[in-house]
Amino acid sequence: MRRSPLYDYHLAAGAKMIDFGGWSMPLVYRGITEEHHHTRQKVSVFDVSHMGRYRLDGDDAEALLQKVCTREVGDTSVNQSKYTHICNERGGIIDDVIVGRHADHWTMVCNASNRETIGRWLTEHGAGHGVEISDETFDTAMLAIQGPGAVTHVETTFSVKLQPLKRFWFLDGEIMGMKYTIYRSGYTGEDGVEAVIPGGAVGLVLPMLMDPDAGDDALCKLAGLGARDTLRLEAAMPLYGHELSEDFDSLTAGQAWCVALDKEFIGAEPMRKVLAEGLRRKLVGFELDGRRIGRQGHPILKEGRPVGEITSGTMSPTLQKSIAMGYLDIDLTEPGAEVSIDLGRKLNAAKVVPLPFYKRPNA
Amino acid sequence: MSAPTDRRYSDSHEWFKVDGDLVTVGISQYAADELTDITYVDLPVVGATIDAGAEIGEIESVKATSELITAVGGEIIEVNAALADTPEKVNEDAFESGWMLKIKTTDLAPLEKLKDATAYDAHCATN
Repeated sequence: MRRSPLYDYHLAAGAKMIDFGGWSMPLVYRGITEEHHHTRQKVSVFDVSHMGRYRLDGDDAEALLQKVCTREVGDTSVNQSKYTHICNERGGIIDDVIVGRHADHWTMVCNASNRETIGRWLTEHGAGHGVEISDETFDTAMLAIQGPGAVTHVETTFSVKLQPLKRFWFLDGEIMGMKYTIYRSGYTGEDGVEAVIPGGAVGLVLPMLMDPDAGDDALCKLAGLGARDTLRLEAAMPLYGHELSEDFDSLTAGQAWCVALDKEFIGAEPMRKVLAEGLRRKLVGFELDGRRIGRQGHPILKEGRPVGEITSGTMSPTLQKSIAMGYLDIDLTEPGAEVSIDLGRKLNAAKVVPLPFYKRPNA
Repeated sequence: MSAPTDRRYSDSHEWFKVDGDLVTVGISQYAADELTDITYVDLPVVGATIDAGAEIGEIESVKATSELITAVGGEIIEVNAALADTPEKVNEDAFESGWMLKIKTTDLAPLEKLKDATAYDAHCATN
């Protein structure tokens, strides 16, 4: 099992660890619900060092990214990053990643569970071209600092100016000889940043954000992957292995906004066909009656007939409602449509609702 | 946290505390911690008759759904009504205020096969 450079720090902070994509990472420190609310109200720090981090150098790096990414990346400015999918020849989603253009190279952040697949995919499609691919995952660490107070807190702690950064833009800098990148992005539905820093430095950087003397009143607290999941679900952000997989194309996954069918990329042709023929299923949101939770794999029924499947669900801490996402036959995807979720022992009534479930104020 | 010594434990993490012919059932603190924040407990209706070994309820947390299995059979005398509005009591105090139901039984024998607190703690430690 792989460990983040902060492994011992997490144990000392009382974290309950889980296996996530081959890494032992913190699931929860104090309580998933408490960490969730704290992130919506103040500032939370998540260790996301398990995410894969690649660097692409060379004159053909941009051409390689154009070929493998569903999204137009050629118009990306220096210091700008973009969320995109990487698909196979059938249009099935191999991973969802964030690519960034730096002054003299590109970076890509991918899911932990897909890091090796993505490395092979980039190497295979870059072969014979002027591009060098380096895996920087084990030399670096990554922190997500999220919440309404996150940007100000990071600015004050590290004397950096982040307010001018637009969402998905980033800042390359150096502090005490250590290179870092701070992105204005996140996976919680709140404002915040994600920072990539040298693995050897993160043990010094993280404590600077914390104020142990403040106890329960601390502005900034640790949060684990449990809260990260409930936060991203409320914000209707897809998770690889749940909403996204090789079984679905980016259009069916409801992510047409990150697909540029006017350029050539791997998987473009089957997606043009999907568009021409019309979607058969679509990813939608559900609200379940009562307090039971729809889980990945639960069948969705309409008058006893299977019409879809749940991909993720939870009891929303913010809305106090049972929410879920799932794929549903296209003729039933209008908000308000009534279906049943087969929970195993019982059927539970649910209705289709618009996504996201939660949007932060002033967003 | 060590399990209390006044009851028996199943491998699936339920506890059974005997008082005459009444058996109180709940899940262990270890199980509650593993499930993380519990959001709902689905319990049988009072008056129902259940068999030993039956699946009699489900426990829902933000992370997973878990079945509640009873080692003893009998009649459901009472369920912990407070859990309907405050299921988090199970996380806070699984061995006391987080109890789930009471069964009136004529056969306590199945409990003899269950673990005592020491054996149960050892079972959790090796998980």
